[in-house]
Amino acid sequence: MSDEMSKPFDKSALTHEELLKINRERKIQITAFACMIFLTLLAFIAVAMEMIAPGFTVPFILLLAVVQFALQLFYFMHLKDKDHEWPNAFMLTGIVVSTPAVIALILLLGVTKY
Amino acid sequence: MSDSVDVSKGLPPNPEKATLEGKNKFLGFWVFLGGETIMFATFFGTFLGLRDGTAGGPSASELFSLPLVFIMTMLLLTSSLTSVLAMYSMKKNNFKNMMVLTGVTVLLGFAFLGFEIYEFYEYVHHGGLGFTTSAFGSSFYSLVGLHGAHVTFGLFWFITLMIRYSRTGITLTNAPKFYLASLYWHFIDVVWVFIFTVVYLMAIGGA
Repeated sequence: MSDEMSKPFDKSALTHEELLKINRERKIQITAFACMIFLTLLAFIAVAMEMIAPGFTVPFILLLAVVQFALQLFYFMHLKDKDHEWPNAFMLTGIVVSTPAVIALILLLGVTKY
Repeated sequence: MSDSVDVSKGLPPNPEKATLEGKNKFLGFWVFLGGETIMFATFFGTFLGLRDGTAGGPSASELFSLPLVFIMTMLLLTSSLTSVLAMYSMKKNNFKNMMVLTGVTVLLGFAFLGFEIYEFYEYVHHGGLGFTTSAFGSSFYSLVGLHGAHVTFGLFWFITLMIRYSRTGITLTNAPKFYLASLYWHFIDVVWVFIFTVVYLMAIGGA
């Protein structure tokens, strides 16, 4: 059986439905890419237009980053797919630990300065 | 290892997870990415805490330029798309397409890296911001440099895979390897999304 591991295939075992499914997925990924480009442009424009107050710009671009983060993880890295329960759990754990870490570092280094 | 895989009809639909080895690599790599998230978070937190500590040196808004960051962002974002399309080709057992798209990803990655080296060179030699100039300088170079190191590592990962498997076609051994390298590349792009927002745009936007 170990020979099978390093043997190339002359055809794919994709059924017609599976092929349709990955074609649809590719279309969604290209749409997600267009969305990401749009969000990036929006963030850069929001900063380049200096008449917009920073009080609005900063939460706005952070929100755009979070949306783009989700698009990448769910569509490009397939976190939305089935059989990705554990990857979701790992990433969620990472985010749960990261959030207080970032806040604590900002407060300790930037505000109390200890 | 691959005892339960039916290979009689051709390449299985999800070759990266067709074998137990592939499944294990997939799971283990996500553990790693969860950990990477936390590591980058600590660097982001440190940067955000220290970014006002310029110690008389140049500040962020004096150095950063929007066009350069914009070009770098577009390069990395596009390389993420070509990497996704390479995985689509892999699932269809289209080896040539996969190699070409991975090659494009590598080229875009090198272009990004070139801009980053140029950027650091400019800051050090013309901007007057060295690694030890100020707390801002140290935390900036640590965070963005760590990301750059990830890009470099990812590029050599891709190149190694492309050389090693240049003639073999898509197999159950190399499919998980290409898939994980592509996941890693997306993760690098995810980190960059936060870098361009938190480091560059927030500094230029005046917060």
